[in-house]
Amino acid sequence: MLDSKTPEGPLADKWTHHKNNIRLVNPANKRLIDVIVVGTGLAGSSAAASLAEMGYNVKAFCFQDSPRRAHSIAAQGGINAAKNYQNDGDSVHRLFYDTIKGGDYRSRESNVHRLAEVSTSIIDQCVAQGVPFAREYGGLLDNRSFGGVQVSRTFYAKGQTGQQLLLGAYSALSRQIAKGKVKMYNRHEMMDVVLVEGKARGIIARNLVSGEVERHSAHAVVLASGGYGNVFFLSTNAMGSNVSAAWKAHKKGAFMANPCFTQIHPTCIPVSGHYQSKLTLMSESLRNDGRIWVPAKLEDAEAVRQGKLKPTDIPEADRDYYLERRYPAFGNLVPRDVASRAAKERCDAGFGVNGTGEAVYLDYASAFERYGQTEANVLGLKDPSEDRIRELGKAVVKAKYGNLFDMYRQITDDNPYETPMKIYPAVHYTMGGLWVDYNLMTTVPGLYAAGEANFSDHGANRLGASALMQGLADGYFVLPYTIGDYLADDIRTGSVANDSPEFMAAEEEVKTRLRAFIDNDGKTPVDDFHRRLGRLMWDNCGMARNREELTQAMKDISALREEFYADVRVPGKLDGYNPELDKAGRVADLLELGELMCKDALEREESCGGHFRDEHQTEEGEALRRDDDFTFVSAWEFQGEPKDAALHKEELEYKNIELKQRSYK
Amino acid sequence: MNLTLKVWRQEGPKDKGNLQTHKLSGVTGDMSFLEMMDVLNDQIIREGGDPVVFDHDCREGICGMCSMFINGEAHGPGRGVTTCQLHMRSFKDGDTITIEPWRASAFPVVKDLAVDRGAFDRIIQAGGYVSVNTSGETLDANAIPVPKADADEAFNAATCIGCGACVATCKNASAMLFVSAKVSQFALLPQGQPERKRRVTRMVEQMDKEGFGNCTNTGACAVECPKGIDLTNIARMNRDFLNASVTGE
Repeated sequence: MLDSKTPEGPLADKWTHHKNNIRLVNPANKRLIDVIVVGTGLAGSSAAASLAEMGYNVKAFCFQDSPRRAHSIAAQGGINAAKNYQNDGDSVHRLFYDTIKGGDYRSRESNVHRLAEVSTSIIDQCVAQGVPFAREYGGLLDNRSFGGVQVSRTFYAKGQTGQQLLLGAYSALSRQIAKGKVKMYNRHEMMDVVLVEGKARGIIARNLVSGEVERHSAHAVVLASGGYGNVFFLSTNAMGSNVSAAWKAHKKGAFMANPCFTQIHPTCIPVSGHYQSKLTLMSESLRNDGRIWVPAKLEDAEAVRQGKLKPTDIPEADRDYYLERRYPAFGNLVPRDVASRAAKERCDAGFGVNGTGEAVYLDYASAFERYGQTEANVLGLKDPSEDRIRELGKAVVKAKYGNLFDMYRQITDDNPYETPMKIYPAVHYTMGGLWVDYNLMTTVPGLYAAGEANFSDHGANRLGASALMQGLADGYFVLPYTIGDYLADDIRTGSVANDSPEFMAAEEEVKTRLRAFIDNDGKTPVDDFHRRLGRLMWDNCGMARNREELTQAMKDISALREEFYADVRVPGKLDGYNPELDKAGRVADLLELGELMCKDALEREESCGGHFRDEHQTEEGEALRRDDDFTFVSAWEFQGEPKDAALHKEELEYKNIELKQRSYK
Repeated sequence: MNLTLKVWRQEGPKDKGNLQTHKLSGVTGDMSFLEMMDVLNDQIIREGGDPVVFDHDCREGICGMCSMFINGEAHGPGRGVTTCQLHMRSFKDGDTITIEPWRASAFPVVKDLAVDRGAFDRIIQAGGYVSVNTSGETLDANAIPVPKADADEAFNAATCIGCGACVATCKNASAMLFVSAKVSQFALLPQGQPERKRRVTRMVEQMDKEGFGNCTNTGACAVECPKGIDLTNIARMNRDFLNASVTGE
């Protein structure tokens, strides 16, 4: 049984109490302590900046050419915070409750409550840094609502909230780089974690430009290396997003928690062809104002697919607004997992609306009218024509979502102001990740995980606008404090040698692994294997899973892995810039992770959040949780092969919230 | 469609580069430009060659990593798009496409089409921030109202993705659009006021040190900017810089 080291006391006091009681490192001693941070997204940048401000010596690593390019930058919709500026009854408790419920009761109460508590500081902090959030005419901050909740608590900067928050964290990081408190390593990839006497004491990194393999020592290592959605090949992740840092840590003893909990986001631009390299998300905020539908008649759907019928020609009565029909209370704003499955259900039943049969409509026509009417009233127009109202409405929508509409048009060559958009679910986020305790430490002493790389706060399903919140909460407000408790023991350690036998052995192992790729006499490019892995994962470990397919997928992935090592072709040289070599290493790790994900999905004999098992559903086709048997976190210990991983459980206790079957009806 | 690609190949910053010609078939209009490059690399790898190195990551126009000079234009023929958002439907069957890296002495070539834009990071490090510690113990976020017009204008400036298309486009390889966007973001917000003069002075100093050219107001940068960063930012920066030079910190 795993111990989360959650502090005692009432839920609302735990964090304050813990912060007041954990050990601190005094400023003079902080100067003697080195911390490595891997990844410079929201969690990594904010952690590196904060740790450096506190006085630690920080080395930060990113594989991109600048820390500003980490994939947090692509987050669109917003960031939640329990500010209650809209006076709609929001509170820390309500945000906590929504997050636990949205996560389908598979997250840790204490962590989630802490997240809700610090959420308000994030907004204060970001505004102080000059993050240009959207504002109302009165000059105060604006909010929007997001799926799965009934209050308006999401702060945003058009459809580019992640960009603005990341640039804020990047500016804080840049300030510390200028002071020399952070040494930044761009275009570097972490190749392994180095353990000395059981503690994480550094990493092996590769300079991607020169190809040089480097040894970096420190007193503690923080992994903020993001999620592993790219195991599906097609996802909304950046091309370079990978699991390697987390997976290397897993192989060195860090447990991997709930790896099968992946989020399939309902509003993405559908797949168009074989060479497609990624899928593009359309912010969930679009569901605020858009209505999702498919034709109610099979023959209409068929005609639409063949291009014989236009969606705008289908009368209201022949449209099926299936989310509004099935979930009247939340309508188009049900949580992501529910919205995604509902789209799949309609498309599987033959109502899909594009050539592949895998798309539904997201329609803004009624929003144009609604906003246009309001605008006409504001302008005092008497009896404006329908066209005029629509034009006014389009202008309002353009101000709110203009960049998203432009992006859609750019990719699809369709004008979403004139015809409904087509959307379909795509892999977006991974709730699973390295298991961490309340202090965000993994099962390896001195090895921490923050942001999407850990499993901690979202349970089986993440609510919209909560990823940014968690990344910054971990990086700015949690980890910099909790890590002190561990480092307090290291004030007399002195600098950690980077030429100990452990470092030398780890370096040699990395070099051998890389050389094997270059020397391999294969025929097939890396992407080919990645694409095949993605197909296996999407078909068998995607929106709906079952015993038979998962069992087969584990075998198929294992076989694909063997084929990969026998037949992969990695061109180029070891020393020098070689992106194919970088990719090969990442895909090798994804090929192991995929198998573990299937195993995790197989052993979790229930449906919860993003994990839906065909065998476990209600008569109405809703997810059926099995709280008596599965109210725990699955934390897997590496044992040589992913299929042999050993299961450790962290029992989840709900003392402040009653477990309910989730209902959005 | 069938294409002839002339691609810049260069081993490293000190090597001499040259254009290499490749024939490519089976390209469809739905592919993004980078997906077309993936197909090219797939072909090169299968033939036993060395694939073309290019920078890319998010492939949705926001990370600012992709950077190709296509047929003499930064990010190619489209307006308001990055290379990753450019689709092959912008080209015709039989076209010859020339693909080069950003060219500026402040952006040395790393390999092939990838360049080193570390100079941009160093400019931000010189002052592109508000000096506030990350304790979270600041003013309540709503304590200082900011007029919506200012907030929107600051946001527009802040949407710069740091791709460097402005530099690549400018005949002087000037980075004024990039630098002025960051200067403007903070100049328009109350939080940016205390360090306003110091910031602009130091960022401009660093910009000059990096070897970027001067601005001669041709406006090409704003035309090619994938995020539509406005030229008025440069005017604002010049005014702030002059003000700081005359009145001091």
